Amino acid sequence: MAPRLKLFIPLALFGVLALLLARGLQLDPKELPSALIDRPLPSFSLPALDGGETLTNAAVTGEVSLFNVWATWCITCRAEHAYLEKLADAGVPIYGINYKDDSAAARRWLAELGNPYRANIVDAEGTLGLDLGVYGAPETYLVDADGVVRYRHVGEVNDRIWENTLGPLFRELRGAGSGS
Amino acid sequence: MIPELGHFALILALCLAVTLAVVPLWGAWRRNLGAMALAPSLAVGVLVFCAIAFGCLATAFLQDDFSVRVVAANSNSLLPRVYKFSALWGNHEGSLLLWVTILAGWMAAVAAFSRQLPTVVLARVLAVMGIIAVGFLSFSLFTSNPFERLLPSTPADGNDLNPLLQDPGLIIHPPLLYMGYVGFSVAFAFAIAALLGGRLDAAWARWSRPWTNVAWAFLSAGIMLGSWWAYYELGWGGWWFWDPVENASFMPWLAGTALLHSLAVTEKRGLFKSWTVLLAIFAFSLSLLGTFLVRSGVLTSVHAFATDPARGLFILAFLAIVVGGSLGLYAMRAPTVTSRIRFAWLSRETLLLVNNLVFTVSTLTVLFGTLFPLVMDAFELGKYSVGPPYFNAVFVPLMALVMPVMGIGPLSRWKQDSAARWKRELLLPGLAAVACGLLLPLFGEGYNLWVALAVTLAAWLALGLARDLSNRVRAAPSLGRGLRRLPASYWGMQLAHLGFAACVIGAVAVSQYSIEHDLKMAPGDSETLAGYRFTFTELARVEGPNYLADEARFAVSRDGRPVARLAAQKRRYLASGSVMTEAAIDAGLFRDLYVAMGEPVGTSGAWAIRLHYKPMVRWLWLGALLMAIGGLTTVADRRYRRHRAAERAPAGEEAARGAPA
Amino acid sequence: MRLAVAFLLALFTLPAAAVIETYDFSSPELEVRYRQLSQELRCPKCQNQNIADSNAPISEDLRLLLYRQLEAGATDEEILEDMVRRYGEFVRYRPDFDRNTALLWLAPVLFLALGAGLAALVLRRARGDGAPALDSEEQARLEALLAARDREE
Repeated sequence: MAPRLKLFIPLALFGVLALLLARGLQLDPKELPSALIDRPLPSFSLPALDGGETLTNAAVTGEVSLFNVWATWCITCRAEHAYLEKLADAGVPIYGINYKDDSAAARRWLAELGNPYRANIVDAEGTLGLDLGVYGAPETYLVDADGVVRYRHVGEVNDRIWENTLGPLFRELRGAGSGS
Repeated sequence: MIPELGHFALILALCLAVTLAVVPLWGAWRRNLGAMALAPSLAVGVLVFCAIAFGCLATAFLQDDFSVRVVAANSNSLLPRVYKFSALWGNHEGSLLLWVTILAGWMAAVAAFSRQLPTVVLARVLAVMGIIAVGFLSFSLFTSNPFERLLPSTPADGNDLNPLLQDPGLIIHPPLLYMGYVGFSVAFAFAIAALLGGRLDAAWARWSRPWTNVAWAFLSAGIMLGSWWAYYELGWGGWWFWDPVENASFMPWLAGTALLHSLAVTEKRGLFKSWTVLLAIFAFSLSLLGTFLVRSGVLTSVHAFATDPARGLFILAFLAIVVGGSLGLYAMRAPTVTSRIRFAWLSRETLLLVNNLVFTVSTLTVLFGTLFPLVMDAFELGKYSVGPPYFNAVFVPLMALVMPVMGIGPLSRWKQDSAARWKRELLLPGLAAVACGLLLPLFGEGYNLWVALAVTLAAWLALGLARDLSNRVRAAPSLGRGLRRLPASYWGMQLAHLGFAACVIGAVAVSQYSIEHDLKMAPGDSETLAGYRFTFTELARVEGPNYLADEARFAVSRDGRPVARLAAQKRRYLASGSVMTEAAIDAGLFRDLYVAMGEPVGTSGAWAIRLHYKPMVRWLWLGALLMAIGGLTTVADRRYRRHRAAERAPAGEEAARGAPA
Repeated sequence: MRLAVAFLLALFTLPAAAVIETYDFSSPELEVRYRQLSQELRCPKCQNQNIADSNAPISEDLRLLLYRQLEAGATDEEILEDMVRRYGEFVRYRPDFDRNTALLWLAPVLFLALGAGLAALVLRRARGDGAPALDSEEQARLEALLAARDREE
């Protein structure tokens, strides 16, 4: 019987392969988790959008907050803006990182569409973006009270994303829920 | 009306395919001659209706019928006619229709050229191919219908074909590639038929060989065209990226190479039967796996079609049934009795065994490397990338391992050979090869050890072939007579092996010796690269049919003598506004010169210019072309024509007569 | 035929999407390293392209970063580590040899060893040292068959 049994090895190996491929269908190869998960926010010293003060890590950490990477050239950012306003109204602290943008245009944009951000970091060269591992806008980082990055979402933040992923994590980190 | 006709034809093709899959197989089981005899006609019927469907879709494209969804998505009224036609397979649904039509073509070819096969065998072979056709036709009709309509909201014009695809490469590369992929289904079908019939012998190998060789030849040509197209189209001067979709075509080629050599052993000596059957299943399974990888979105690739997990699930299910079923059949029906046929350590059998080993290991290595990111992701171990640095590092040594064996192979004797004889035959070629390796690289840009090694091995191959040829011709009364006596299959082997040697030299030389320089140049500037002086003579504005271009004209000279005039362009297409770079290439047998424009730098009329010197790059593709020609040549061999007039032999007689030595 | 093809090709200018950076390197070795590293680093958002060939904005930024780091004197390893720190292992086309990727790098060797072992087994059997051995059951059957044949004659 032994020689016959050996002939089943290819079938067994294929079975493993098929399971792997089936699992693969559920995964998204384009999804790239941030390399900074569970690591502190990179240290930076960049000007704020309104007022000329320089912002550093100390100014923007201390509570669980969202960091939203946006720019006026990014169409999806415009689409998610309204939802960010809604979150800000509900008490979610959101800091903006104005990524590789023109400050004057950014200020006009906020004046026109509203400002959900506690503060906006001007990252004109994209250096903070590079340190964060940003590869496109919009991206939203969830940072805890100690300034440690906990999650990154690539793409628009909307109701579905908040309900399913960002929201629960935000509430969990907060301890006491703030709702949305 | 015509799309509906096409849709209907496709449905009819499916019905016939289902009949083909069931009835002859039942007939083979019950020894019902009538049922079995239906197979060839059913196969031709499937081809007829697939061809009608294909024709209907082609008509829709050529007539700008934008009510058909794939036409609207991939074509445009301003598109040149030839690209309107080839846009048919520039998308998922259409390329699937091409796939299944080519499969039907192969089925009909098997039906037409297999008069000498026993009825039972032919019935089973066609039925198995019918099963595959059922799978693909169902996939097409149920999830990817090419005839889906946009009525009543027909768009006024289409989205246009991706500009990168508006190129002659699109016209030939996919059809050739599919001819290869799909062609391995024939060897697969023969293998399954043999397992079903319980008769795995030299006759089976003899029947399978020509089909396998032709499929392999087409696949070689298809891959070669893809590489060449990427080279001139994409502008980065590269010719292979180990992208998952490229690997999806390369793996069947590697397995197919092992298969066609293994079939030789089974035909000539009745050995390695189990392994050969497994290789036949493996090669076609890789084709199917390739189809899955390209269309399911499981791996990221520049080549992938728009993906849909639902489609992926369908293909996976089909894959599971076909491959799982065939491997199950293999496990239950493959022979377990050890062959009593002997051969010595030093013999052609051993050399071919080593060949099988290396090519199978290469296939598995490429497979593992391609799937590794998926494995890591599935086990939540992180996101990894496996690219050219890895594949080049592991693949090149494997090929280097098989080349010494390839030099001895053609000369070697079956069953038993001797080291003394090998030494006698190959000492001179060996020394000459080493000499080549020591001397020839001196003609390149500096002495390079890798190139020396590649030249030595390639020369070893070529000189070994020359030695064998001279041996065979020596006994003849005249050179002409001697050459004419050699069978076509021998010539095919010579050409294919030479092609392989040329490929190796091309690949290594261009990797090691190519020189690239990116710099800012303004009209009047000159730059010297590898002894060639590139002078930017003038910048001109050119108006094309549907674009405006800045053209950078270059004069290239060497040692003061003019060599070429090149004109690279930076085009802005008026319709889409997209900007594309057109590289200018001066092609040569021993080197390519390549100029491409980047962006303008500053305001003084300077541009970012890329200059490439690429030695021996054409040898890569010419070598692959030689391999393809070699593969096709073997089929012209007289022995495949011998039985055309003979009656269809009953099942037992073929085997009893035994295989020719 | 080949020359004709070559000639025809020489006349063609064909579309391409090249990315050409004109950095001034302080030494030719740096340019070589730049070329090599830019082909080893993957563009984080593209569909499988390295940063040398991709014209995505992030690739442009990464190329600039690479150039600056090379000019600043970082070694290849340091540069790669820095990129991985920002974007993860995903950004390397040549995986590092660590606990996770050991299997990847060793796979070819393992496959070869396994295959060579199988091949050696096949070869040993094929050499046929002496007559094929029969086990006791086969021996008994053989004798029974021979005996039956003898009785028939």
